[in-house]
Parts: sequence; C-alpha cells; structure tokens
Amino acid sequence: MTLRIERSLDAPRWLRVALPFLSLILAAILSGIVLELSGHDALGTYRQIYSASLTSTGGLTATFVYATPLLFTGLAVAIAFRMRVWNIGGEGQLYMGAIGASGVGLLLGGWSQPLVIVAMMAGGIVAGALWAMIPGVLRAYLQTNEILVSLMLNYVAGLAMYLLIYDSQSFWRDLTSPTALVFPQGKNLLPAATWPGIQLGSFTLPLGFVVATVLAVLLFMLVRATRFGFEMRVMADSPNAARYAGMRTKRTILAVMAISGALAGLGGASQIGDFGHVLDPRGLEQAQYGYTGIVVAALALYNPLAVVIVSIFIGALTNAGFALQGPSFPSGLVGTMEGIILFSVLGGEILGRYRLRFGREPRHVTPLDAAGAEADA
Amino acid sequence: MATHVETGPAPAGTATAGPPPAVAASGVTKRFTGGVVANDRVTFESRRGEVHALLGENGAGKTTLCNILTGLYRPDEGDISIDGRAVHFRSPHDAHAAGIFMVHQHLSLVDSLTVAENVVLGWSRTGGVRYSPHRVEAEITEIAERYHVRVDPRARVWQLSLGERQRVDILKALYRDARILILDEPTTVLTPAEIEQLFSSVREMVAGDRTVVFISHKLPEVLEIADRVTILRKGRSVTTVERAGTDASQLARLMVGHDLAEGRVRRATAGSGSQAPLVGPRTGSFFPTGGVPTAGTSVAGIGDASGAVDSPAPAPMLRLDAVCADGDFGRQVLFDVTLGIRPGEILGIAGVAGNGQRELAEVIAGLRPHTKGSVRVGDEPLTSGDARGAIERGIAFVPEDRMGTGVSPSLSVTENLILKAYRSGAAHAGPVLLMSRADAEAVSLMERFDIRASGPHALVRQLSGGNVQKVVLARELSSEPRVVIAASPTRGLDVGATEYVRSVLVGAAERGAAIMLISEDLDEIVELSDRIAVLYEGRVAGIVDAGRCTYEELGLMMAGAA
Repeated sequence: MTLRIERSLDAPRWLRVALPFLSLILAAILSGIVLELSGHDALGTYRQIYSASLTSTGGLTATFVYATPLLFTGLAVAIAFRMRVWNIGGEGQLYMGAIGASGVGLLLGGWSQPLVIVAMMAGGIVAGALWAMIPGVLRAYLQTNEILVSLMLNYVAGLAMYLLIYDSQSFWRDLTSPTALVFPQGKNLLPAATWPGIQLGSFTLPLGFVVATVLAVLLFMLVRATRFGFEMRVMADSPNAARYAGMRTKRTILAVMAISGALAGLGGASQIGDFGHVLDPRGLEQAQYGYTGIVVAALALYNPLAVVIVSIFIGALTNAGFALQGPSFPSGLVGTMEGIILFSVLGGEILGRYRLRFGREPRHVTPLDAAGAEADA
Repeated sequence: MATHVETGPAPAGTATAGPPPAVAASGVTKRFTGGVVANDRVTFESRRGEVHALLGENGAGKTTLCNILTGLYRPDEGDISIDGRAVHFRSPHDAHAAGIFMVHQHLSLVDSLTVAENVVLGWSRTGGVRYSPHRVEAEITEIAERYHVRVDPRARVWQLSLGERQRVDILKALYRDARILILDEPTTVLTPAEIEQLFSSVREMVAGDRTVVFISHKLPEVLEIADRVTILRKGRSVTTVERAGTDASQLARLMVGHDLAEGRVRRATAGSGSQAPLVGPRTGSFFPTGGVPTAGTSVAGIGDASGAVDSPAPAPMLRLDAVCADGDFGRQVLFDVTLGIRPGEILGIAGVAGNGQRELAEVIAGLRPHTKGSVRVGDEPLTSGDARGAIERGIAFVPEDRMGTGVSPSLSVTENLILKAYRSGAAHAGPVLLMSRADAEAVSLMERFDIRASGPHALVRQLSGGNVQKVVLARELSSEPRVVIAASPTRGLDVGATEYVRSVLVGAAERGAAIMLISEDLDEIVELSDRIAVLYEGRVAGIVDAGRCTYEELGLMMAGAA
C-alpha cells in the first residue's frame, strides 16, 4: 500500500476557482480550534479581525497601508517567477528604490508637486531596476544562480541603507535637528514630495496603490497579449523551444529582472512618498515587504490581477494582527493564524493541481521500462 | 566461412558435450507498451572465458537483451540459464548474486562519494555494517592492478572523467567477483588510449575464466576483441559466428540485414519525372502557387533536377565547408564536414546514433556554434550559433526531440504554430500579438496538415506524438523554407503518420527546398533520398547515390570499416 501524489492536468475550472475559498474556510476552522484551545473566543476574534481591518475608523485605510507595499513586491515576484527567473531580491530592490526616491525627493523638494512625484517614482524605478540587473546580468551571461545572488544582495542593500543614515554624513541623513544628533535619522522630505492619497470619505487610498493596480493590469496584458509576453511564456515552459525559435533568451531574462526590480523599487518609492516621508532603515527592514511579496505572489499563482486581491487580503490580516495583539493576545498567536491560512491556501492549491492516490504501484509500466523501450526502439 | 545458423548454440564442432554455457538465453521475447517488440525469440549463449560481442544497429535489441540477462527486465517469454541451470531473476540483485553484472552506458555512481565507497555501496565482501576504508582501498588497488583498471580509490567520483567512471563501474563488478560482465557500448565515452586499456583489462578477465559480453555496433573493435559474435537485427538474433571465420563485410551485411538485391531505390517514380507516389492530393495545396521563391532557381528547373541529379546545373542551396563543432561536453564531435544539397534534393544522413548527426543538425539550425568552416544558404553565410539568423535565411528545422525542443508543450496549438512567425510583420501590431488572426491561420493550417486537436487552443502536450509532429511540420514548412533539416522525423510515429510525414518532406523537395533527412532508419533513408552521406565519428565517411549504393556498402561505412 503506497500513497502517491500525481499530477492531475484536467482539474475542472470551477474547482480551481472555488479552491481558495474552500481553503480559507478550512483555515478558519483550523485557527478556530487553535484559538479555542488557547482559551480565546474564536468567533469573537474573527469579528474583531473583521472590524479592525474593514469597518473600524481608519481600519480600511490601515489595511491599504499594509497592502500597498505588498502589491508592489508581489507583482515584482509574480512577473519574475512567471518566467522562472527566481528573483528573491525584492527586499533589497525595495530598499534601493527607497534610497533612490528619497534622494530625488530631497534634491528636488522645491519643485512643483507633480514633477517631484514623477521624479521620485523614476528614482525608485531606476534604482530598483539597476539593483536587480546585478543578479540578472550574472544569470544571463555567467549562469550564476539568481536566487543566491539576489538574496545576498538584500543584505548588501540593507547595509547600504544603514550606512547612509547611521554611519556616514550622507545627503540622506539629518545632521541639523537636535534629536537627530542623538538618534541618527534621515532628513524629512518637504511637503511637495508627499504623495497625495485619494480621499473617499474617511478612507484614504494611497497613490501608490492606484499606480500599482494600473501596473498590475498592464503586466497582465504584457504577459497575455504581447510579443514580449509570448517570449516569456515560451521560455518559462521550454527554454529549449525558445532557443530553437530564435528567441533572445538573455535579453528577455535581463528585461524581466529589470521589470521585477523596477516594481520593487517603485514599492520603495511609495514607502517614502506615500507613508514614511523619510528614509527609515529600521522600519523598512522590520517590515520585510520583499519576502512577504513572495508569499503574496505564490498565493496569487503569479497572476498579476490576483496579486491585487491577495495583497489586500494579506494587508488586512497584517493590520488585524496588529490590532489584536496585546497582553491577552500574544503576537505568536497572530503568527500562528497567518501560518495556518498560508498553509491551507497553498496546500489547497497543490491538491488542486495534483491528486492523492492510494493503492499499489502499477507494475507493468515503470518509467524505467518506458525509458528502456525508448532508448532501445 | 561461417554460415547463417538461425538458432542452435554455436557452429558445429564446438557444440560437443562440453561444459554448459556460462550464460544462455533461449527464445527470449520482450514487448513494451505501445506494441514495440524489443526482443523477438532471441537466442544467445556465451561460454566461459570468452569475449562475446553482441553486434547490431540501434534498436536491434542488444540493450534490452542484456537488461533481461541482468534482471532489470523480466522476459515475456523464454528462459535464461547460468552454467546450465535455469534462473528467474526478479531484480538486478538476483543477477548479481548469480555473478552477472552489467556496466551501463549511463553510469550510476554517487558523485560525492569516493571510488572505494562507490565500489562497496550496497555490498560488502565480509558482510556486516562496518566499513574499513583502508582494507577496501587495499582490496580495490589489488584488483585494479591485476586487471589494469587504473583508478585512485580515494578520488571522489565527480572528479573523474567519463572513462575513469566507467572503470569504477567495472571495478565494482570485479570486486563482487563477477563471473559474467556485460559492457554496454563501453567505448563510446573513451579515448583511443583508454580503449586499448579497456581491451587489455577485458583480455585479463577472460584469461581468468570470466565471460565478457561486449555490446557494440562498431565493427573494427568487435573484430579486435571478440572471440565470437552474435548479431541482432530488429529484435531478432540473426546468427552467431566465430571471429576467426568472418570479416567486416559479412558482419556488416548481417547487421544491416539486406541482400544486395533487396536495396530499394528512392522515389522510383519521382525519379522518372512523374508525380511522386507519396505526394497525396493534400500536399499539393500546402504552398501558394509558384512554389518557393528562392535565389535564382525556378520551379521548373527544380522539376528537372529531381529527374537528373547528375546534371551540372543547380548550385547547392545549402553548403557546408569543412565544418567542425564541439559536443555538449566540449569534445570535438564534427570534423571537417563538407557537403552540399541542391534545391529539390533530399540528402540522407545515415549513421549509427551518436556519430554527430544531432550536432550537425544543430549547427545548421544555428543552435550550436561551429568552431571552424562555413555554412552557406544560397550565397549567404550563416553566423555561427545564430538561430534567429538561420530562421531568417529560410532554414526550417524539424528537431529530433520534438517534445523537448520542437514545441512548447504547455502552450496552445496556435501559439506553437507562431513560435517563429510571431516576429513577422503580419503577426503583430506594435508590441501586441494579433491572436485572433493567428487562431484563424492555425485553423487553416490544422486542416491542411491534418492536425487532430480539439481546436487551436488545445495544449500541445495533450496531442498524440503524430499530431505533435504535424504541428512542427506545419510550422516549419508553411514558412516556405529554402532548406529543411529533418532529424528522425518519423521516430515513434505510427505507420499512417510516418507515411504522411514522408510525403510532406518529399512534397517540400518537389517544391524546390533542399532537404537534409537524418535518420537511423536506413530503409527510410534509402527510400527517400537522392544521395546518402554516412557519418561516422563526426566525419563524412562517404557520399553515395541512393540509386546505386548497396546496403552492404552503407553498413560498412556506418560501422567505420569502409
């Protein structure tokens, strides 16, 4: 008796659509059990989550504050992973984008607001893209492993950020105000460099989120309907076929890395322009938006449009997690709940694509036989 | 002179009641799913202390037979015996216990372990679980010296060359006191010096009363090392001959399997100028009227050319001059290949697999750089390793590995049909692909090339092998190529699809394309080609007219004995 996991190629469409929701229900049941066992009121907690992330004053706004950076980094990961270029460097690219955008914002703070905003976005895009080109070039021309290179560059980017604020007299560092002399901190951006949110009653939609949503639609069309997207899809499916068809693999890898890095970098710019207005190495590092973006993209199955929805969902959870956290509700429990949700949704996705089969191994056609027949015949 | 002994153990005179054969198979049949009969009532026996060669083309069933002898497969019919006792191996483990070992072409060693560790892996002379490196290394060194199998027992396998790894596999068998050692095409990965060393090891082994079964398709080495030779052809054992009583041309004839009279001539009717029999009415509508617009050759001229190959007229459409190229592991695999194909001509490339055919095709298609020489289409030289340039100059390529290279399996039929044409002006407006137009064209191509799929959006990986190949052909030939490189285009296809693919290729030649047909199926080559070039160890062993050559001639060239 064996347990085998085999690929099921033809899962019905309704199942694929329904699966995430079924998985969420499962997650709710599982976390409910954990909550009850640890002496909390499960239903009450869910109600609290709901209100904290959606209905309370400022709840929805806070949800989008968390969702915005995740949308950028989620898109960055989705576009790269879609082509099987494993850019794990969204974190570092976001830092570089934040450095670039804050630098531009500080430099041009006196200009008119729209110009400064566009310039900051450009600064974030260029910085993130250039940073991503390092693993991109190494992968395309020297066949290095982009996972390792992009991951290690995250630490380099983090240290660069600390260097600018803590260990040097850099342009980014505030060297004038009395508190900054005791506690090193970045220069605050001028009001012109502050990105305006879109006010809908008491709810503020960050400009970054709007931009990222537009980009998600563009990315979706890029993959679906353009020559470039076609090349990406062929390369993802069969690098040999792409070479055979005369596609320029190296160039496409570089382009995808650049796009991915630009998205993460723009996320960094949005952190500065939308929310922080100052380069804050510690805050950015603790938030881990780059790494969470990988989770977001995976949950969205690397579909840019789905990334929008998933980022809001994860943003809401994060927001609710902070609201719940307190003396009676340890942060470990929040983490546990988040873990259960991820586990359920990703597990459900795998089970949707594969099916479990119990039973004995069919003996007559083993891969060995098949390979032998092919080699011999 | 040995005669054709259809069954029976060995030629008369030696079959007197001596000791039973060390290993024997009688009436062994092995079928694989899909109806392939790899072994069909094969009879084979080998004595103690002899080198017994198993000779045959690719697909003759040599490896299958040996996999049965070593317990990897179980025969559907027939019996195996060792030293006269019937045995029923259920796994290689059983075979090892009976003293029979095989050194495979694809070695199975653990890269990160040392030679000594690999040798004792899964087996120990003394039993028990303790492993004493010093003792094992000493034992290995002793065996290695005795059999001239030189390799450092402490080296890690990843540090070794392919030849050295093979020696480790041989050592593994000797360490376990193999009585019968089967070597599956052992010389393919070896340098000439290493081959000499292997042969001296083999002689040492048989001197010690061991039996060595030597699988090969190379006549010179079989003649050098074997005491007796059993020839397999298309899954059947043809005969067994004594080395002393045979020669290269007899072996070549037995291996290829045709008497001279049987050799068929390509496109007999096409050669006489009438409509080729293989071109059905369907093929007539593949291309817009007017045929292929190529450099300076009119369609009318081509029609004449197929009838009179000798006529001085048309210049080659594809010309290779002294082309050299390296293989996947950096070793040179093509040596000064020079050949030309005229418009409307089919040049067959014959040869045993692994003699440079794949690399030759890849060089022309721009998928592999050539290190020396030149490839020209018409008057234009191709840039080395520039696939896009090759496509733009009108080279179509039907690759051998159709699923892994010829198509993108998870994409749709339409997307695979525009795999190359997506760059052309008609396929896009700015950066946006015009998919509905591509779908419409795909539907008409599916009809013309008889691609059976649920629709243009069906994924290619869900199609049958024959339909996948039709997708490849539809894409490659609808581009009106000047040159078509077809590598094993009918392999694995059923009879109907095979006929269809052949008719499409002949049709393309009729329309003026220069066709290179690479195939291991000699019948196919002889049937379709105007001329045949034989590749042996990366060199052109000879180019002959398909109408005038014999199978024996081809067989000798293929086996490197011409």
